[in-house]
Order: sequence, then structure tokens, then C-alpha cells
Amino acid sequence: MTETQHLRENAVVPEKETLDCSGLLCPLPVYQAALVLNRLTAGDRLRLITTDPGALRDVPAMARQRGDTLHSVVEEEGRQVFILEKGGTS
Amino acid sequence: MTLTRTNPVSEAVSEPARRRRIALVASKGTLDQAYPPLILASTAVSLGWEAGIYFTFYGLDILHKDRFEKLKVASLANPSGPIQLPNVLGVVPGATAAATKVMRNWMSNSNMPTVPEFLDMVRDSGVHLFACATTMGVMGVEAEDLVEGADIAGAAAFLDYAADADVTLFV
Repeated sequence: MTETQHLRENAVVPEKETLDCSGLLCPLPVYQAALVLNRLTAGDRLRLITTDPGALRDVPAMARQRGDTLHSVVEEEGRQVFILEKGGTS
Repeated sequence: MTLTRTNPVSEAVSEPARRRRIALVASKGTLDQAYPPLILASTAVSLGWEAGIYFTFYGLDILHKDRFEKLKVASLANPSGPIQLPNVLGVVPGATAAATKVMRNWMSNSNMPTVPEFLDMVRDSGVHLFACATTMGVMGVEAEDLVEGADIAGAAAFLDYAADADVTLFV
């Protein structure tokens, strides 16, 4: 997915919050993302930024385990940008 | 007498899904071995799981208020340690302190929490902290020596918790 496609796809639903976990290693990106997701409402979106290469495997796993939805991942200049949506019923 | 099913719909409602659970044993009291159970437990609760750690033998130092800031990395018989010395030099005074300092710097430069900070993280996120009662008796550790929230328990209590776990690991 290109950045343009990514922006278009996600323009419809704005992210409720952005969390920048640049420079943090496992488990901190997942731990901090979970703290934010826990206080969001079902359907809210979180934009998560990471630089840990392990996050490419960890964030999809986290979403699967929690029942959240991972809408997109973009890799750009040594970082990854994830768009997550909190699952469950609001 | 006729038995009538008054509410067959409610009988079909399934139980809510049980949360997954991880049960960890932390048996080592060195700085390098303190991190893995704390990392796994903090990750597990982030995934929505229940998590418990049974701190036993030297691992109890991780819960010990006077010791958890002073955990060390062995310079002897630790071929993967931060300072790789032949064993004959690993006994040199200061070698353990040097290896410990290097690992502390690694962690700090990587923005990793210290062990006390990590302990706060896991406790605040609901990780169950079991303190091995036998270790306390053997090593003369008192309840007030341990961090707040430690649950003093024996093996039976931990196994009762672990029996319902989906993942169990010994560190």
C-alpha cells in the first residue's frame, strides 16, 4: 500500500489518537498501545508509530489476541505506522 | 406432572469467552534473568490475558525492596555476558560490577525500564505476583521486605493458578 492509498483509505475514519513509540523496544510499544486501546471506545482508531522491527510481527499479533482490527501498516524511513481499531461492542 | 421449558433461549447462551492466562516461574536473581518474566508478563496483560509470576528461590530478589535495584550480571561462567572473560579472570574483583554496569547501560540506552520500574508496570496492569513462602522461610525474608502487592503463597496455590493457564514457562 502506498502512502497515498493509505491516507485515502483512512481519511474516512480519523484516528482518535496517535501514539509515537519511536526508539522503544519490546514490550513497550505493545504495552503502551494496549494502555491507550484500553481507554478508547470500540470503533475508535489509534495511529501507532514504531521503530522496533519486531513490531511488524508484534502489533498484528497483539491485535489478533485482543480482538482489535489492524487496518493498515506502512513502512517508511525506518519506522512503521499502524492504524488499529479497537474491537468489541461499544 | 408436565415439565415445561420456560426459557429455552437462555439455555443456549454460551458462557463468555474465558481470558487466556500465562503462569510464569521466575527462579533466578540476576539482572539479565529478571527481565524475561517481566517482559512476558507485561506483554501478556497487554494482549488481554491474565498473567501471574511465581517468584521463587533467587528469583524472589526481584520482589525484594532492598535487592531489586542491585541485581547483578555474573562475570563468571557466563560466556554470553556483556564482558566476555575467561573464567580465570571472571573471579577478578570488580568483574561482576563491570558486567553489571555494561548491561545497565545497554538497558538505559535502549529506553528499557529498570527492574523496579518494570515491577511497577506489571503490578499496575494487574499481573499477579506470587512470593514463594518456602523461599522466604529458608532465606529469612519477611513480608515487609517485599514490594507492595506481593501474594505470599506456596506451590499448591501457584499450581492452582497455573492449572487454568494456557501458557506456562519456567525462567
